[in-house]
Amino acid sequence: MSDLLRVEGLAVHIGGLVAIADASFVVPAGQVVSLIGPNGAGKTTAFNVITGYMRPTKGRILFDGADITGLAPDRIAERGIVRSFQRTSVFTGCTVLENALMALHRRGGAGLLGALFRLPSARREEARLRAEAWAMLEFTGLAERADTLAEVLAYGEQRRLGIALAAIASPRLLLLDEPAAGLNPSETAACMALIRQLRDRGATILLVEHDMPMVMQMSDTIVVLNQGRIIAAGAPAEIRANPEVIRAYLGSGDWQEAAHAAA
Amino acid sequence: MTAPDGRSAEGRGELNRSRLHHYAPWVFVLVLALLPLAFPDPYMLAVLTSAGIFIIGAISLNLLLGYTGQLSLGHVAFFGLGAYTSALASLGFDIGIGFGLRITLQPQPVWLGFIAAIIVAGGFGWLLGRLAFRVRGAYFVIITICFAQVLRMVALNWIELTQGPMALISIPPFSMWLPGQGVVPLYSKAQNYWLVLAVAVLAFIVVRQLVESRIGRALVALRANESLARSVGIRVTHYLVIAAVISAGIAGAAGSLFAHYIRIIDPDVFLFIYTVTMVIMVITGGKGTLWGPVVGGLIFGLVPDLLRGHARPEAQWVLYGVAMILFVMFLPRGIVPALASLRRRA
Repeated sequence: MSDLLRVEGLAVHIGGLVAIADASFVVPAGQVVSLIGPNGAGKTTAFNVITGYMRPTKGRILFDGADITGLAPDRIAERGIVRSFQRTSVFTGCTVLENALMALHRRGGAGLLGALFRLPSARREEARLRAEAWAMLEFTGLAERADTLAEVLAYGEQRRLGIALAAIASPRLLLLDEPAAGLNPSETAACMALIRQLRDRGATILLVEHDMPMVMQMSDTIVVLNQGRIIAAGAPAEIRANPEVIRAYLGSGDWQEAAHAAA
Repeated sequence: MTAPDGRSAEGRGELNRSRLHHYAPWVFVLVLALLPLAFPDPYMLAVLTSAGIFIIGAISLNLLLGYTGQLSLGHVAFFGLGAYTSALASLGFDIGIGFGLRITLQPQPVWLGFIAAIIVAGGFGWLLGRLAFRVRGAYFVIITICFAQVLRMVALNWIELTQGPMALISIPPFSMWLPGQGVVPLYSKAQNYWLVLAVAVLAFIVVRQLVESRIGRALVALRANESLARSVGIRVTHYLVIAAVISAGIAGAAGSLFAHYIRIIDPDVFLFIYTVTMVIMVITGGKGTLWGPVVGGLIFGLVPDLLRGHARPEAQWVLYGVAMILFVMFLPRGIVPALASLRRRA
């Protein structure tokens, strides 16, 4: 299986702080890879660098063999890497359907002339985008809320919309930053089901998450970051038994509980 | 709470989106078009014509301020550029550019000046759009103010080209082919009124087509949440530049209408107060709504003239300011969104 994403020798210094010292890992195509670690381990920084919101101090990021290090976020998104955000992130002041249409931007190509003169091609594209938006809202269970303003949605629904917006852009690599943060158990279950469905549709997923049962169930591979370094990478069973991982999580014997406490 | 009268002139505006009132905007335009025939009062037509020119400016500003969220406080620069470009093209000029070289332009037809105004203003809009990508927020606002001030200084001091404070005079009016009369210059108030109305309708349609398309969604997405917009692949520069070019082009068209209607322009067309007027029109009407600049423009374009007979200019400006503060306090999103939400609640 080929590696869709390769992170090679990544280092990120923010002022005097070393957010990531030296990290290399791969995300094989078609897998769910989780990036875990205690708070401040550099997980979100890694996301920001991969998606172009921050520049790395050292290292390279290869997507499908091409070097994407330092490209602008919108350029990286055009190549097929789309992320969700840790904090709730929706297009405020717009309805759920409008949010979906905005996220479908990359799926359309109508330009200025098409817009000004309502060319038949632009009309057809608009109809297609609307159909896709509705399909995605059905898929994510948000169709009933289509006419609701995004910021009025319940918290769980907003989180789901955030994931839906990233997924709707039909990325080849989907980066989810703590999709289950702040969700209750039933919402978490729904969130997991959604992520599985996205994977089954062919998306490769890189996940940052504190909910350890979720990580253990969802992941094909787990990469553990601690203090800006990768201390372990492997299948969930290997990671669970890795002594260094256990030490990193507060030196507790039961690191799952410790991780929960940290989250 | 009761709904406002949906059949009132302003009410028509925000109802545009509902299918029931699809025809209402056209009725509104028809009423405006028939006005000179029903009430051929030259003073009223003059007031409406200059309000109309500023409404076109406000429509163009709304695209930048309302839809992309970029506050350009130098918007009058595009208006003035359009006015000077169009006037100079129709008057012709002969200037030295150093090294013994001269640029000479014979007087051109006014419609050519009109097109040149759109192109020149649009070109400067392109520059501003590129800039907006690099500097944001307060810095962008300051740069736009400076831009208009620099153009004013150029207009004041490049006397060979602009006549400076002596003003460009005897600017020819628009001429047009009219049935039964052939191509004639438009001297009458009603003719100019119709011309401005036609351009305003056209500007409105251009902006509507744009904002109700994939491009418009991209603009609103960038305003609503730029990081998220970029994360789904919306290119910031590309869309800011499109919005800035079209906005500037429309403002240039308004400037050209102004030059050939007033038929004399001086460097004061670059005055900050004109930008402020347009900003007030957009904000009170409702920025980011199609009808906001029209409603705000009608109010702030007509009220000062209606007050002219009753209050001294100084008092007028105070009233203006108080009205503005009241609007911002009680209708922060503007008149059109307030009416729309009243309707939804009813």
